[in-house]
Amino acid sequence: MGILQNILEQVINGLRSGSIYALIALGYTMVYGIAKMINFAHGDIIMVGAYALYVGLAIFHLPAVGAVLLSIAICTILGVGIERIAYKPLRSAQPLAVLITAIGVSFLLQSLSLLIFGATPIPQASIVGFDGIKIGGISISGITIVTLIVTTICMASLTWFINKTKLGSAMRAVSEDKGAAELMGIDVNKTISLTFAIGSALAAIAGILYVCQYQSLKPTLGAMPGIKAFVAAVLGGIGSVPGAMLGGIILGLIESLSKAYISTELSDAIVFGILVLVLLIKPSGLLGKIRKEKV
Amino acid sequence: MAMLQVTDLEVSYGMIQAIKGISFDVKQGEVIALIGANGAGKTTILHTVTGLLKSKSGKIEFEGKDITKLAGNKIVSLGMAHVPEGRRVFADLSVLENLRLGAYTRKDKQEIEDTLQMIYKRFPRLEERKSQLAGTLSGGEQQMLAMGRALMSHPKIILMDEPSMGLSPIFVSEIFDIIKEISAGGTTVLVVEQNAKKALSIANRAYVLETGKIVLNGAAKELLENDSVKKAYLGE
Repeated sequence: MGILQNILEQVINGLRSGSIYALIALGYTMVYGIAKMINFAHGDIIMVGAYALYVGLAIFHLPAVGAVLLSIAICTILGVGIERIAYKPLRSAQPLAVLITAIGVSFLLQSLSLLIFGATPIPQASIVGFDGIKIGGISISGITIVTLIVTTICMASLTWFINKTKLGSAMRAVSEDKGAAELMGIDVNKTISLTFAIGSALAAIAGILYVCQYQSLKPTLGAMPGIKAFVAAVLGGIGSVPGAMLGGIILGLIESLSKAYISTELSDAIVFGILVLVLLIKPSGLLGKIRKEKV
Repeated sequence: MAMLQVTDLEVSYGMIQAIKGISFDVKQGEVIALIGANGAGKTTILHTVTGLLKSKSGKIEFEGKDITKLAGNKIVSLGMAHVPEGRRVFADLSVLENLRLGAYTRKDKQEIEDTLQMIYKRFPRLEERKSQLAGTLSGGEQQMLAMGRALMSHPKIILMDEPSMGLSPIFVSEIFDIIKEISAGGTTVLVVEQNAKKALSIANRAYVLETGKIVLNGAAKELLENDSVKKAYLGE
């Protein structure tokens, strides 16, 4: 196999994991945009999504589509519920209290899953049936193709929703100025719930795609993709939706290429090193902006 | 019967009492001015009326309905729009998106479209810049947008908080001309202003506010001639 094919294959791998990071990063960035908090339990929603898929398939014997829908439904309800119970009472509290609460929720979800499913990893076969294709000497796996298609559809529809619908513009209005949004008649609480619902549904999809790739379940499985997606969101500019997508893809590409050509062990260090570098040069992230007051 | 009736309103920020039992009313078709120095509590009153702040005690009635405890997002559909201090347009949204959000609670698409055309007629500059981001507008244009956005809800009464703040003198006159037009179009106006002279020149009646209390009220023309008002607010 030629060097070019090899690079292309790595790029495609990077796009696959990058688009999963992007999907998760969207949840971080949308929640940050609207609730001005980092939801550190977001990574664990991915884990819940993956386990829910397993429960749907192995315990309820649902067809794959049914298990996917079950997983999305559970994560959506969980995300909205967490906001209502844990974050909403703290809306006017200081950021540190909210941050600690989010970390607490993260531990809670991990411990619950440990309690229910145990620490031994559970194998979970991919739900993607076909083996993939080979074009010009480059082999692309089935899960890669599915991941790229699904994430593209998700990101395109989210972009359309946010920019072209009435609810989407209400969401942007709330993330910019809650008081002014309220004066327009927008229900701020419902809008925040909707944001958590969308973010968690995307996390469920990411969790399913992730577990189909790695085919093993454990209670901490959401931690690493979660933290990387958070890095992606910051890299792209936290609060910016296109930034989260871009940040995720870039992160995936860097990770995949440095694993292949520099060092597997060092790839995470390189990823986080680049974050540090970008933030030194542009503290607001690639597409983030620092808002100036206009008089 | 007054359209808006505020009775014995008290508002506190924690331990600090900002509004110490004030009463005022606005009748249909009137232009009412609330004037007073910075920190007198003018903005607090408007925020409490439209539900952004909760009152400690007192009563706010709109068209006979008690709205004291009503959530902020329920007010606009009753027919009360609020142009907040500092304009607070959505900077990252286009001018058109801002205007459409003003009509967020309205359902009839055709009526919304008609209102939009009416607003474009009144503020041609907003139509010229409809696809521009609101954050790129000048201060005066943002004020027009904030007013247009409030008018998109087709309000019976419009509450304006410091509409002339930070604007060049030309824009200030223009903004007050627009307020007169809005009033002539049948909308009741409650305006809060530091620019007492301008506010009194367009108002029917006015209330003078000092550290959370109404110290004076009456016909705007009379207040313009009042010695203590002249001294404290008109710089004469």
